[in-house]
Amino acid sequence: MKLPNYHAPRWDEPVVMELGRPGARGQLFPAPEQEIEVAEIPAAMQRKDRPELPEITEFEAQRHYLHLSQMTLGMMGISLFGTCTMKYNSKTAEAATLRPELAEVHPYQHPDTLQGVLEIIHDFDGILQNLSGMDQFVFQAGGGADAAYTMAALARAYWADRGELGQRTEMVTSIQAHPCNPATAAAAGFTVINLPLEENGYPSIEALKAAIGPKTALLMINNPDDMGIYNPEIKEWVRLAKEAGALCFYDHANFNGVMSKLSARELGFDACMFMLHKTFGAPKGGGGPAVGAFGCSDELAPYLPAPVVVKQGDTYRLDNDRPKSLGKIREFWGNVPQVVKAYAWARAMGAEGIAMASDISVVANNYMDKKLGEIAGIEISNPHIRKRRMEMTRWSLGPLAQETGIGTADFANRMADYGIDPWWMSHEPWIVAEPFTPEAGELWSKQDIDQWIGVVARIVQEARETPELVKSAPHNQAIAQVDGSVFEDPKAWAMTWRAWQRKRAGDAKARSGSA
Amino acid sequence: MQIGVIVNPIAGMGGTVGLKGTDGPDAVAEALRRGAEAQSGPRARRALAILAKRCPRARLRVAAGSLGQCWASDLGLDLDVVSAGPPTGTARDTREAIAVLGAVDMVVFAGGDGTARDVAGALSSGAGMLGIPCGVKMHSGVFAVSPESAGHILADLVEGNGRAGWTDEAEVMDIDEVALRAGRLAPRLYGLARVPVVANRMQAAKGGPRRDSAAALAAAAHECARACEPGALYIVGPGSSAGAFARALGHEPTLLGVDVFRDGECLVQDATAPRIESFLDDRPVRIVLGVTGQQGFLLGRGNQQISADVIRRAGREGLRVLATEDKLSTLSAAALFVDTGDPDLDQELAGFIRVQTDRGRFMMMRVVAS
Repeated sequence: MKLPNYHAPRWDEPVVMELGRPGARGQLFPAPEQEIEVAEIPAAMQRKDRPELPEITEFEAQRHYLHLSQMTLGMMGISLFGTCTMKYNSKTAEAATLRPELAEVHPYQHPDTLQGVLEIIHDFDGILQNLSGMDQFVFQAGGGADAAYTMAALARAYWADRGELGQRTEMVTSIQAHPCNPATAAAAGFTVINLPLEENGYPSIEALKAAIGPKTALLMINNPDDMGIYNPEIKEWVRLAKEAGALCFYDHANFNGVMSKLSARELGFDACMFMLHKTFGAPKGGGGPAVGAFGCSDELAPYLPAPVVVKQGDTYRLDNDRPKSLGKIREFWGNVPQVVKAYAWARAMGAEGIAMASDISVVANNYMDKKLGEIAGIEISNPHIRKRRMEMTRWSLGPLAQETGIGTADFANRMADYGIDPWWMSHEPWIVAEPFTPEAGELWSKQDIDQWIGVVARIVQEARETPELVKSAPHNQAIAQVDGSVFEDPKAWAMTWRAWQRKRAGDAKARSGSA
Repeated sequence: MQIGVIVNPIAGMGGTVGLKGTDGPDAVAEALRRGAEAQSGPRARRALAILAKRCPRARLRVAAGSLGQCWASDLGLDLDVVSAGPPTGTARDTREAIAVLGAVDMVVFAGGDGTARDVAGALSSGAGMLGIPCGVKMHSGVFAVSPESAGHILADLVEGNGRAGWTDEAEVMDIDEVALRAGRLAPRLYGLARVPVVANRMQAAKGGPRRDSAAALAAAAHECARACEPGALYIVGPGSSAGAFARALGHEPTLLGVDVFRDGECLVQDATAPRIESFLDDRPVRIVLGVTGQQGFLLGRGNQQISADVIRRAGREGLRVLATEDKLSTLSAAALFVDTGDPDLDQELAGFIRVQTDRGRFMMMRVVAS
């Protein structure tokens, strides 16, 4: 297979503060004419010195920033970045969010002037209710972890309301659940009880039984988790947890492989969350913007963060009068443009399209698993489990690392040399040696997946034949390896030019002092 | 950085011929009789070849002959050869080689647990060590995962590229070979060593910084110590995990032995079984334990001072187990083993137990009678 012969642009320009020359200007403006009155700046407010700005022409500034963008944003490759469910969001959906009816409104406007936006939020709530069986969704959370935190905060409000918060102090989860579950439960003050994976690839009922009891406030669980193995005992799990009095939360981070095939409510869960920036096609980048859609049963709805969008007759309004509400998770109603994009995605896909996307994502992953399995040196997680994985699974570079000393971080660096996004390794804790987690999803074509696998096979070969080439990668990128240790030395970096100047001056002073 | 290299030329010979190790001259002779071939020299060379490729002319101080020089020559490395006496095929070779290497910052050795023990025992304090895995037994936390990985870690250190850091908390373990040949696994902690660790700074994009294992252990131990019940007897087992509990109480742990506390006071250090039993009265008994790396032993290995009677008084509910998630994830089976010498008690202990892994964080672990 022909692999991309890629090279990123590389510009070794100084920072903008060091560009240009005295007197250079972006544009030259004429002095004000006599007849124009010029406001006098009071003497006390006038600067004593000139601001230290770079003196540079408009063209040079344009050129410089174009170069920077080429180096930072220049690569659009194949990204099978697992656990992120990479999807393409159409320009049509993008255009919808640029319309003034959305782009120019403000949440402080009177709801009567926001009816269109509120209608979309309300209708999308309905779509998610259909996919989950829950009774009410809110979109305040700025991501999946924030939605998990919504659950932890809701559980706190729920148990406090019943006077049992002092007793219900524990949250039970799996070691392979997304780490935001234990982290947010701990942030909300709960003690975390993890369950280990056992021979079936998920925790045993026995372990669950030993963990739950009168202290259990809630169960937070993914199914499948990143290993891609569906826990068929999940109904029994929920039954046991509820028998112990606990609330049950379904983290739908891995929804792609099961969307439209199951309903969280039918499995017995009290609440769940979806990530609109993953499963529902809203774009993401640089850690945001994102939305964690949080839904729950009528019984838990009084504790939801306010406001909640409700429909009264033909009018949509914001319900803020919720005395049992846990309060705010985030300001206003969440990242509304992302909700609109997810709504557009769901409407464009339709129920049948969503079902088919789910099928494709599982088939694509199984195709990829088969092809990856043919490469010597890499190994699927839980190799003893013959069951097919769902929409993703974790893999291990362990055997190749033993053989060649090339680990998953080295490997990821080298992938970037082929114009392919480095793979996602694994959430913490790493229970698979030298992990990586690809996810094909329904977006990427067979050709894309083949090319991605082709790159993996090539780098495996390189690890054996020219390990130092892999170890010192990337070679074709705008910058090479970042020496992470510089972050430990405050002298080596600064957040602003002024701070940098100060640190540098301090250094020079120290040098002349010691000389 | 001054790096010394030592090869234990007989390490690992037992493995291919069905022996469980080559501690002691009798075992070596037996291994040779069975046709064993030395593994450690060629494996050391694989590691050094990686170093030579990445850092040509890197300077190493090596012991003469088969203890080092033979395997390091002609790779383009800058060797400073020091000679010890003629090899005897015993642990004395390793100790003498360390002595003639003199002041080095770290020693790279090719061997197994036995060699690791000898190196750790002879090394001057503050010096680091790194094992090129060659032995039959490798339970110590001082080994790279492969000779190639060892070579890359060495190159990272020589290049000073910031990828490799250090930890002082690596456990040096060894298993009693005589017991192992008789079919009984008896790992024991011999001390802590300073080893290089390769930091993974790659995942910040989504994963955030990794939780530091040492900080997690200290936080777990502090919380466990704060929850001490007044009047209860706290028996603290060997190892750095249980030792963190003693530290949280403000005491330096014996580390290789068992210490006993009540109400924050240390009653006895490095106690024997009868001494521990002498403190039993009608007040509750709690036993603070770590887990042996890899094998996952909880009771009955290296902590036999804690007798079945004492364990029975504590019961499963009275065990306070400390281990980081990192350590639990390296266990060869997702279970903890007990062998108290009393099969009925072992059965009583079987089931699930909470292992504290961090502040406010526990892992349910299956306890199995071994």
